[in-house]
Amino acid sequence: MSPFDYAAPRSIAEAAALLQQAGDDGRVLAGGTDLIVQVRENRRRVKLFIDVKNIPELNELSCSARKGLVIGAAVPCYRITSDSKVAQAYPGLLDAAGIIGGVQIQGRASIGGNLCNASPAADSIPALIALEAACVIAGPQGSREVPVEQFCTGPGKTVLGRGEMVVALRLPPPKKGSGAHYLRFIPRNEMDIAVVGAGASVVLDKAGKTIVSARIALGAVAPTPLYVAEAGAALAGREVSEAAVLQAAESARAAARPITDMRGSAAQRKHLSAVLVRRALEKAIERARNGRA
Amino acid sequence: MSKKIHVHTRINGEEVEFLCEPRQSLLEVLRDELGLTGAKEGCNNGNCGACNVVLDDRLVNSCLVLAVEVEGHEVTTVEGVASSKGLHPIQQKFLEHAALQCGVCTPGFIVAAKALLDRNPKPTEHQVRHWLAGNLCRCTGYDKIVRAVLDASACGSPGQK
Repeated sequence: MSPFDYAAPRSIAEAAALLQQAGDDGRVLAGGTDLIVQVRENRRRVKLFIDVKNIPELNELSCSARKGLVIGAAVPCYRITSDSKVAQAYPGLLDAAGIIGGVQIQGRASIGGNLCNASPAADSIPALIALEAACVIAGPQGSREVPVEQFCTGPGKTVLGRGEMVVALRLPPPKKGSGAHYLRFIPRNEMDIAVVGAGASVVLDKAGKTIVSARIALGAVAPTPLYVAEAGAALAGREVSEAAVLQAAESARAAARPITDMRGSAAQRKHLSAVLVRRALEKAIERARNGRA
Repeated sequence: MSKKIHVHTRINGEEVEFLCEPRQSLLEVLRDELGLTGAKEGCNNGNCGACNVVLDDRLVNSCLVLAVEVEGHEVTTVEGVASSKGLHPIQQKFLEHAALQCGVCTPGFIVAAKALLDRNPKPTEHQVRHWLAGNLCRCTGYDKIVRAVLDASACGSPGQK
């Protein structure tokens, strides 16, 4: 690898100062499972690695019925998938956090890193969007929150400005009668990158018959993970039915604007968008009815 | 060349200090600086698992860890699996089942399999296959490896570590 310097700050302020000073030459290091490969393969030039794993706020993982879920940006996937409270309240997030790479990757890779890497095919992002997650960003002007669907601006590009870093992800407490699911299509069983990914969440009324609201997001069908607001909005107020679910799936297919690449053709991805959204919704509805968020 | 950094860690139970450049991976330092050549470089991008080590209590790809990141942490490599009494049961079962051919992937599989059995002493075949999905073997095929791990688990291997 080309030479670079390394710093391991112990506070957000210290990390932000290093980032501000380094500008485009600096990059935050959490699990490193994407970043180290990119630098090694000369796909990204970095002069300073800023290792944020020693900063307490970035290691926080807290889940409460009142405040929801806070995932520090450096928390590795295994901590999320092995937390029974999180598993109970956010199974839709576990669907994604549990399939990012194999067990070796899960021991290091963080959801915050998955987000900041800004791959259009990132597994965690459609799930986060479906679950209404927001990114807590710290920077020279203080902190701000950005909804996850607005965070990525292009492949590998984000809204982060000079000196800014993601501190945590914040997910609201699951609403009563809600359910969520994420799934992806890959040609293997494990260890692959999504050809298409789909996340969905629904809130049902007390009887479990009517959809109060829904959120749908797609991965790998556009330059950024795609929030398909209209597909969710069209479900609001409708009775749970095959027709309603199929209509949302169609709406997702229409919103998808994929490319053809080594993983799949544009036509296949369009088709998969509808299939996966249908399945994501069916599972989300089933979970909502079973009282599992 | 950037300045070398002094790193303190524990490797296979012993205190170790080394100097390294930030750009050196843990795998490079283990092999080239510390003479621990059990972990292998396969893909060098996190797909093959040949470089697997345990960092604290987590199985990781040492090619995706910077050596400077292990400051204050504890590393176990394949060299730490056998004891003075002999091979670890997982190693013994790999021999009995001929679960290796060229052997390059084997240290990674052994370290990964031990990490599984330490956590889950009686995994199902599905759990073994799922856990080992991040380890690639290009010659033997996986059936013998999976059988070796299942046989080791049937013998209660973790208790004998």
